[in-house]
Amino acid sequence: MIPTLSHYLAVAALLFALGLFTVLTRRNAVAVLMGVELMLNGSNVNLVAFNKFVVGGLTGQAFTLFVVVLAAAEAAVGLAIVLSIFHTFKTIDVRAADLMRE
Amino acid sequence: MRTPKKLIAWTVGSAAVIGAVGVLSARLSPALAAGGRRPIAGPFTLADGIFYAVAALTIGGAAAVALSRNILYSALGLLASLLGVAGLYAFLSADFIAVAQVMIYIGGVLVLILFAVMLTNRIGEVNISNASMGWASAGLLSAVMLAMILVVAFEVPWPVRSTGSAPTTAPIGHALLQQWLLPFELASLILLATLIGAIIIARKEIRAD
Repeated sequence: MIPTLSHYLAVAALLFALGLFTVLTRRNAVAVLMGVELMLNGSNVNLVAFNKFVVGGLTGQAFTLFVVVLAAAEAAVGLAIVLSIFHTFKTIDVRAADLMRE
Repeated sequence: MRTPKKLIAWTVGSAAVIGAVGVLSARLSPALAAGGRRPIAGPFTLADGIFYAVAALTIGGAAAVALSRNILYSALGLLASLLGVAGLYAFLSADFIAVAQVMIYIGGVLVLILFAVMLTNRIGEVNISNASMGWASAGLLSAVMLAMILVVAFEVPWPVRSTGSAPTTAPIGHALLQQWLLPFELASLILLATLIGAIIIARKEIRAD
């Protein structure tokens, strides 16, 4: 019994759900970004698995590469924003950055 | 210094994760048998064991990210999870993606995250806060999301084709420079913009007096 498509889909779904849970519960902005990375990884596993088992070719893998590159860019800019928030508010609690709410 | 209450919570949490993985893998066999897409063939081989170990590493790391109280443990969990995903890519015979995952995510993104953790906390503080809120509603929403994805993943009769495994590095290189040339160049532009943007956003203001 080699791993089938369903195995990978189950792992990716769990990864995505745990990432969603992290994004929803954390107050620490860095931890929220970690959750976003988990969700991106879950969708990437789905892309590569469908590419191998259903579609064939290399389109899914090329797509995954671009997603990885964009995730790296997103992490760099996101963490720069987190540092900027830390310099401004002296905390990275996501509830503290509400200056524009009033 | 861990109180028994914490210990119980961790035990229950890890038991829940292990149980979920067990239930899922038990759910897999009837689903596949009913669908008749692929016969359950052969005993439990070494490759299966490695696959389940890699999957457990991935899910366990993700659970550590989601549930740990200490953000440094969360970062270590993310390391384990990303390594596990690289292993999954290797299992999917996507060798180039696996290596790119290790180099970009673990060598780049994770180091960035660790830098951010260290720069945004006072290192002297014993308990680096990673508090959370809204466990019940967030857990409910995530569980509903998971259930929806799993129903789609297991109930839709995907047209699975038989696959072989071949090295992908050279074909991906050709595809990037022929079929995907424009996105490839745009990605380099985005990376340049990211580089400049991150520096400008994160630097401290230096006013020329």
